[in-house]
Amino acid sequence: MSILEAEHICKTFNHTEVLKDISFSLEKGQALSVIGSSGSGKTTLLRCLNFLETPDKGIIRVNGETLFDADDPSTRQEAAIRKKRLHFGLVFQSFNLFPQYTAIQNVMLAKELLASEQPDYRARKKEIQEEIRAQAESLLVQMGLENRKDNYPHQLSGGQCQRVAIARALALQPDILCFDEPTSALDPELTGEVLRVIKELADENTTMVIVTHEMAFARDVADHVIFMDDGIIVEQGDPMQVFEHPAEERTRQFLSRFTKG
Amino acid sequence: MGQIMEQMPVVIEALNVGFLQTLKLFFVTLIGAFPLGLIIAFGSMSRFLPLSLFSKFVVWIIRGTPLMIQLLIIYYFPGLVLHNPIWGGGETGRFLAASFSFILNYACYFSEIYRGGIQGVPVGQEEAGLVLGMTRSQIFFKVTLLQMIKRIVPPMSNEIITLVKDTSLARIIALQEIIWAGQAFMKGSHGISGAIWPLFFTAVYYLIFNGILTLLLGRLERRLDYFR
Repeated sequence: MSILEAEHICKTFNHTEVLKDISFSLEKGQALSVIGSSGSGKTTLLRCLNFLETPDKGIIRVNGETLFDADDPSTRQEAAIRKKRLHFGLVFQSFNLFPQYTAIQNVMLAKELLASEQPDYRARKKEIQEEIRAQAESLLVQMGLENRKDNYPHQLSGGQCQRVAIARALALQPDILCFDEPTSALDPELTGEVLRVIKELADENTTMVIVTHEMAFARDVADHVIFMDDGIIVEQGDPMQVFEHPAEERTRQFLSRFTKG
Repeated sequence: MGQIMEQMPVVIEALNVGFLQTLKLFFVTLIGAFPLGLIIAFGSMSRFLPLSLFSKFVVWIIRGTPLMIQLLIIYYFPGLVLHNPIWGGGETGRFLAASFSFILNYACYFSEIYRGGIQGVPVGQEEAGLVLGMTRSQIFFKVTLLQMIKRIVPPMSNEIITLVKDTSLARIIALQEIIWAGQAFMKGSHGISGAIWPLFFTAVYYLIFNGILTLLLGRLERRLDYFR
């Protein structure tokens, strides 16, 4: 059974159809790259998965559980959506770290707030906080940021900020980690360090959906590639096939822009 | 000069009494206008159109007319036109009317500062909180509130310093604040008459008090300087 299934997702903003009947599925432990030009609907698709946008039509299932069904109003309740979001993690293009917290506080905050809602929190407060801190520290080590944990975001480079943001998303152990153009806001010399971290996560079989403009990376890291254009999935499949032998003319045109340069 | 030194103790004592009234009006205005401003800010940002239009209308009236006229209308209109002197007589009545006018006036200015602070926090902050499974109230208190405060401290400091000086406008309805107390020595007060220096001297009170406020507000601003 697929870990993620999206069926017939449609989304319209002010009479503009941004997503037109998008369906795909993802297997556990796989990395999915979503490529396509700006405005093709990639980011909107990720935002729908993370409940930042509500699709007009369609169904989203994780591990066989229907998280969202446009035809079933009971799946749209705010309180329920909050828990469903935890199936997904999202790393934003512009990091969106909380500026008033240090790197490690950014990683710990959401988990602490969730833990404080547990019934046994008061009795085991110290122990729980120790656990959360230890987990956050090991995530920052994994991101190569052990020396940066007490720095505030404005004291970090873009690449370091993005790695903190990845650690922050991982702290909640989401089933599926989503990346929305994670290197687009970075200077070229800083993209490598972020891509390396994402590659390591892929090698550890983290289930991921990666929206990216880095074609070489998409091809290298992904088990499956989706090419989107104008709100539809034009082509999808194995990266070798999509990149080397695209079946569709539009895919060829899009890819040729990257190979020529 | 000798005469001034002679008059000094009496004048200082009278000015202190006046300044106490100035301070009272200052603090009462702040205490009232901070929360009322927030209510007006939420009102003008409301998606309920009549409420938003009403809030914006009030802000337009209050910011579009002189505080001095507002003081006169609020103090005299009920008694002279409606024959219903709601404020009561004497210094207490004048203080109530002045407080009401100042709170309303400053709340409108504060509301615009709050609005800027709230809308100035990038929407990505809230989205980051949402995808991390935080509730809206957790996001407000743990993520956006401090960023708003940081944004509103500098413009708020400006308004607060202006308020210290604006309290002197309450002189127009004969509130016995420090300008009134200084001016009284021209006509005659405490056995001194024809002295204009006490009125000039009131400036020193404003200057010192604003100096202290500037230092405190500057310290607050620096306390929030650790993040950007």
